[in-house]
Amino acid sequence: MRVIGRVDEIPPGEGRAFAVDGQMIAVFRLRDGSLRATQAVCPHKGGPLADGQIDLKQVLCPLHLNAWDLTTGCSLSGQPDLTVYDVLIDDDKILLGDA
Amino acid sequence: MRQRLVVIGNGMAGARTVEEILARGGDFDITMFGDEPYGNYNRIMLSNVLAGVEDESGIFLNDLSWYVGHGITLHTGTRIERIDRLARTVHAADGTATPYDKLIIATGSRAFVPPIPGLHRPGRGYHQGVFAFRTLDDTRAMIRYAKEHQRAVVIGGGLLGLEAARGLQSHLPHVTLIHAAGHLMNAQLNEVAGGMLKQSVEARLGIEVVVNGRTTEILGKHAVTGVKLDDGRVIECDVVVVAAGIRANAEMAAASGFAVERGIVVDDRMRVRDEDDVYAVGECAQHRGETYGLVAPLWDQAKVLADHLTGTNPLAEYHGSQVATKLKVAGVDVASMGLKEPERDDDESLTFTEPAKGIYKNVIIRDGRLVGATMVGDVKKVAFLMQAFDRGLALPEERAELMFDLGGPAGEVKVEDMADDEQVCNCNGVSKGAICATVQQGCKTVSGVMDKTRAGKGCGTCKPIVQRIVEWAAGGEVEEDPAASYYVPGIPMPKPELMNAIRVHDLRSVSSVFAKLGGEEDAKSKMGLASLLKMMWGGDYVDERDARFINDRVHANIQRDGTFSVVPQMKGGVTTPAQLRRIAEVAEKHDVPMVKLTGGQRIDLLGIPKEKLPEVWADLDMPSGWAYGKSFRTVKTCVGSDFCRFGVGDSTALGIALEERYQGIEGPGKMKLAVTGCPRNCAEAYVKDLGVVAIDGGKWEIYVGGAAGAHIRKGDLLTTVGSAAEVMVLTGRFLQYYRENANWLERTYAFVPRVGIDRVREIVVDDKDGIAAGLDAAMDASVAAYRDPWKDRDQPATPGQFRTSLPLTVLT
Repeated sequence: MRVIGRVDEIPPGEGRAFAVDGQMIAVFRLRDGSLRATQAVCPHKGGPLADGQIDLKQVLCPLHLNAWDLTTGCSLSGQPDLTVYDVLIDDDKILLGDA
Repeated sequence: MRQRLVVIGNGMAGARTVEEILARGGDFDITMFGDEPYGNYNRIMLSNVLAGVEDESGIFLNDLSWYVGHGITLHTGTRIERIDRLARTVHAADGTATPYDKLIIATGSRAFVPPIPGLHRPGRGYHQGVFAFRTLDDTRAMIRYAKEHQRAVVIGGGLLGLEAARGLQSHLPHVTLIHAAGHLMNAQLNEVAGGMLKQSVEARLGIEVVVNGRTTEILGKHAVTGVKLDDGRVIECDVVVVAAGIRANAEMAAASGFAVERGIVVDDRMRVRDEDDVYAVGECAQHRGETYGLVAPLWDQAKVLADHLTGTNPLAEYHGSQVATKLKVAGVDVASMGLKEPERDDDESLTFTEPAKGIYKNVIIRDGRLVGATMVGDVKKVAFLMQAFDRGLALPEERAELMFDLGGPAGEVKVEDMADDEQVCNCNGVSKGAICATVQQGCKTVSGVMDKTRAGKGCGTCKPIVQRIVEWAAGGEVEEDPAASYYVPGIPMPKPELMNAIRVHDLRSVSSVFAKLGGEEDAKSKMGLASLLKMMWGGDYVDERDARFINDRVHANIQRDGTFSVVPQMKGGVTTPAQLRRIAEVAEKHDVPMVKLTGGQRIDLLGIPKEKLPEVWADLDMPSGWAYGKSFRTVKTCVGSDFCRFGVGDSTALGIALEERYQGIEGPGKMKLAVTGCPRNCAEAYVKDLGVVAIDGGKWEIYVGGAAGAHIRKGDLLTTVGSAAEVMVLTGRFLQYYRENANWLERTYAFVPRVGIDRVREIVVDDKDGIAAGLDAAMDASVAAYRDPWKDRDQPATPGQFRTSLPLTVLT
């Protein structure tokens, strides 16, 4: 796993996009303090998932409000699934693992 | 050890209840006893089997593999003769005893056979040629016999009798229906409707109908040769079918010591009176003095029973069913609900009859609510009527709309006539077939299907047809979605209740609302709650940025490529050379890909990346036009009296004043306004959330609830006033009333008809409820708290507020 940024770059309950090897990864900071990481681009029409609203379970794409499970990446509204990544907090750093 | 659940009865009630128990994860050792030698079949379909339009195999609901798959022990052809309440065992006719921990009695009902001489032959059961119409065996025997005979008499002109008569026509040439009451289906229909049905049944189907006919004797020595009526008439026949009603099968329960009146007496949890572990459900049960012979109440009962038995919801209660029926009776559409005739002097009763077509429609209204409806021959409006009846909805001003589709597109498409691949939702490309498939996979709520398929989740205009397809595909088993009445899906409360709870608990942030009222936070509910709290608390609202939709986080409207559009305020659509020059310079400096005039008379700069928004705002140095929020958007105006030859009022000045005062006010939906200087309506004021029209004599008309988007509606005239100042006040008051009372995302075009324009006028114009001053004060506070969001550009509100979320440029 490697450091891709600091936790305080992400406000609670929101997501931010991070560039990792030319790939965009959306990292979400849930209101319970934990992180989730998914591909940044919505598989439906390319929407920016990091701009989506979240809760402890799901993220909603801001363009058409499709929903995905943040932990499994499974679509909750009949779209292709998302790639999800292992992600951890180490001190104040965001550690990203593999898909 | 698992609890032993024994179910007596393997009909629709017993099997459905077990399904509901399994659906709730109920963990029992289940044993079911069925009197008939089959699995569970759909009794309602027996008339189709009789008519030969349905094959026997098509009516089975659960085949044997279903019982095996769920570990259910099924004893078919086994009648339970006795229940030992103390030993907690059931005793079958074959001598076996089965112990239970929990017992469900679902023995259903049987045909009621009146004591007519000659119906029975001593020691042989029914006379040769006499049949009841209740079971699959009855149906089979009837078909076999009817095929070889000529004339049938059906005794009983209720639903079942009519179905039997229609079915028998498939097997023999002459059918006569004898009904003891004065008109057909007298339990559901009034005399006129019953008469209309008789006329259709006779003229169109060729069934002879005798009303007021009491059968006194069945004639024939070895086999039936005719029936004799009390007026002495003899009707020759060789088949007699008795369909004179049903009686609960409750004798076994009574003999076993349970409380039985007309049926087995149950409480609101479907428990047999004075029993903790014994339940009864379906046609054998009597609840609050009622026994039911239709299937819908049984579904409700099964749910409550399962909720209670499994502990899913120990407080679930059954409160009886409002019986509303929609049937094809012997080929004629019939629907009835509630009262069949007015009862009080002030009940409104509306009737339409068209005898030549066999159409009869009647609705009964009490205190503005639908309390009864009867439709014969044309049931197009029945879905709407049933909803209005069940939920006590406000009724359309134009009462005729209860009976007819007025205006709008001609005639609703018949769902059953649509092709499977026909696109229903044109926004998200969802076909009828996709909706039906989702229903077949077990999703039986309209909102559930919409979530899964996204049908109806675009502009929303197809929602009614999505609903009808779901209803059709579920075969009348649509499940009520309680969430439909919630303000937001994640908090189980309608808006007034929610607002009250927010006040009582002093909840000022979205997360505190979830914590106190909702349990878990819900992404789909955040935006609606944020809007509501902002409206309620104004400056005291605790703003959590994650509760905002992206548009509200960055004060711009997100576009399909993840960039944003920037629309500066241009009050009343009036601009200046200096403003235009500034916009042009900004567009050039930032290489804005598209500059477009909007429908709201402003200029839109499209394709601005998120990270450039603050810079663009700074360069523009103009206020936000709010072209992104669920909020007051713009006031469109015409040139008014200053220049226009026709203008009778200064629409431009009024429009600018309105926009200046109410700019950016949040609400449950967008608020688009217009002021037009004469009734030629150049500013399209008739189709705005609130539109003002100048008329001669220095007066202004105010229209509310108009729309010209996916939904088109001319606004309702709220009132006519004599001054621009009054327009300003009433606009604020109406918008505040809308903000406080509309559901989330409910635009005025839905809100105004829901409340009714008369009621809106009472509150906003006449102040009948005495709340006008309060509404005005609340609006004043919102106006005073307004702050231009584009001024907040020097410091991001949150870390990375304007950071890109898309790989438009690779980040380093």
